[in-house]
Amino acid sequence: MTDYNFAYLDEQTKRMIRRAILKALAIPGYQVPFASREMPMPYGWGTGGVQLSAATLTPEDRLKVIDQGADDTTNAVSIRKFFEKTAQVATTTRTPEASVIQTRHRVPEAPLSADQILIYQVPIPEPLRFLEPSEVETRKMHELSEYGLMHVKLYEDIARHGHIATSYAYPVQVEGRYVMDPSPIPKFDNPKLSNCAAIQLFGAGREQRIYALPPHTSVVSLDFEDHPFEPSKADAACALCGDHDSYLDEVITDDAGTRMFVCSDTDHCTARRDAGHGTEDAA
Amino acid sequence: MSQTTLEGGFANAPHDAARAFRACMTAMARPGRIEAIGGATPPAPLSPAAGALLLTLCDADTPVYLAGAHDRDAVRQWLAFHTGAPLTGNRADAAFAAGTWAALQPLAGYPVGTARYPDRSATLVVEVDTLTASGARLSGPGIDGHAALNLPGPAALRANNALFPQGLDFYFTAGDRLAALPRSTRVEDA
Repeated sequence: MTDYNFAYLDEQTKRMIRRAILKALAIPGYQVPFASREMPMPYGWGTGGVQLSAATLTPEDRLKVIDQGADDTTNAVSIRKFFEKTAQVATTTRTPEASVIQTRHRVPEAPLSADQILIYQVPIPEPLRFLEPSEVETRKMHELSEYGLMHVKLYEDIARHGHIATSYAYPVQVEGRYVMDPSPIPKFDNPKLSNCAAIQLFGAGREQRIYALPPHTSVVSLDFEDHPFEPSKADAACALCGDHDSYLDEVITDDAGTRMFVCSDTDHCTARRDAGHGTEDAA
Repeated sequence: MSQTTLEGGFANAPHDAARAFRACMTAMARPGRIEAIGGATPPAPLSPAAGALLLTLCDADTPVYLAGAHDRDAVRQWLAFHTGAPLTGNRADAAFAAGTWAALQPLAGYPVGTARYPDRSATLVVEVDTLTASGARLSGPGIDGHAALNLPGPAALRANNALFPQGLDFYFTAGDRLAALPRSTRVEDA
């Protein structure tokens, strides 16, 4: 006998979340309301993603948790330990070995396979929320596919900055229907959402919404013909593994403004260094 | 209440339901793909796959409509004991409906959700004799290119797809296997 029901949540709560997941998969990009529970961690620490993981995990799964690409930050370590304790599932930091990956604000660099499930933690699921505060109004806008306001916002970016300055939580349109918030991933990651082999689930605990992308779903970042969408990253190579193509974090190393760029995806960086890549690759 | 009513549920509910849900989710995320699902031995004519699905997803919050031959005492009592789901004789109230394709007709009676809340729609569990990856041609979200599945009524399912984002979602069950067809899938004749 263990102290917790499998994966912490009671069975009725899991059934409610599971029904919401299935409807979310049937209507890609549409936000399904669900009765989000209080979890033993504060809102904003991934309670939506944790509830999705709890409803999705089987005893045979191997779980990976990342926070902005890293396996070793507080949020990732805590959630990984939470499921080790309450579900007794195996865990890993290696992307290819994981069957379920819970993520905060990054998509792993390694391509995902058909056997994997990617679960995103989402703070604000409504892409129109900062343009229209009323849920009644945003529901109506989704109902009517009335997304002109979002294009106005992107246009104002261009008018003000000369280019679309939105660099994370960059809005996408799913299968030509629902405009969706991809969660605050850098727009560098947006292209990975489209035609992905894995199932992608999005959970917002405080806002009580679940949405999903089935595998091989078309996901298009909104843009204009004369200002096409461009995924962007720091123009540098990783100071540790020398990769030119991965997404980089900028790290300030002293008070004089010295800085270095390193891979945001710690597993990707470690795997490359284990394979013999290093700073000489950066040249 | 007979002895069989009490039997045939999940032996280890949290683990069995987790595995059964994974099969349901994989099927719904990959329309046309045939998945094995187990853990339940419901009374006939409910198939083991349909029984496991209903045990995994139904409870006091989900009215269940049993169609045709499935609406019999043994099934009603088994579902009531193992899930606590209220049974309804009214299709318009159903969150889940189970039966053969013919018994579930007409599809017009089930809730398809509203334009603002298309998720408030019924899921139909259609018992079929066999599931094979042949017949109607499927495409859409969850499908890499095209898939095929022997569907009982392609024309009605095409009409359901035309309602998107509203519409019904379907599971097809045979023995211990199931496949799914969400409203988002486009259905063409082979």
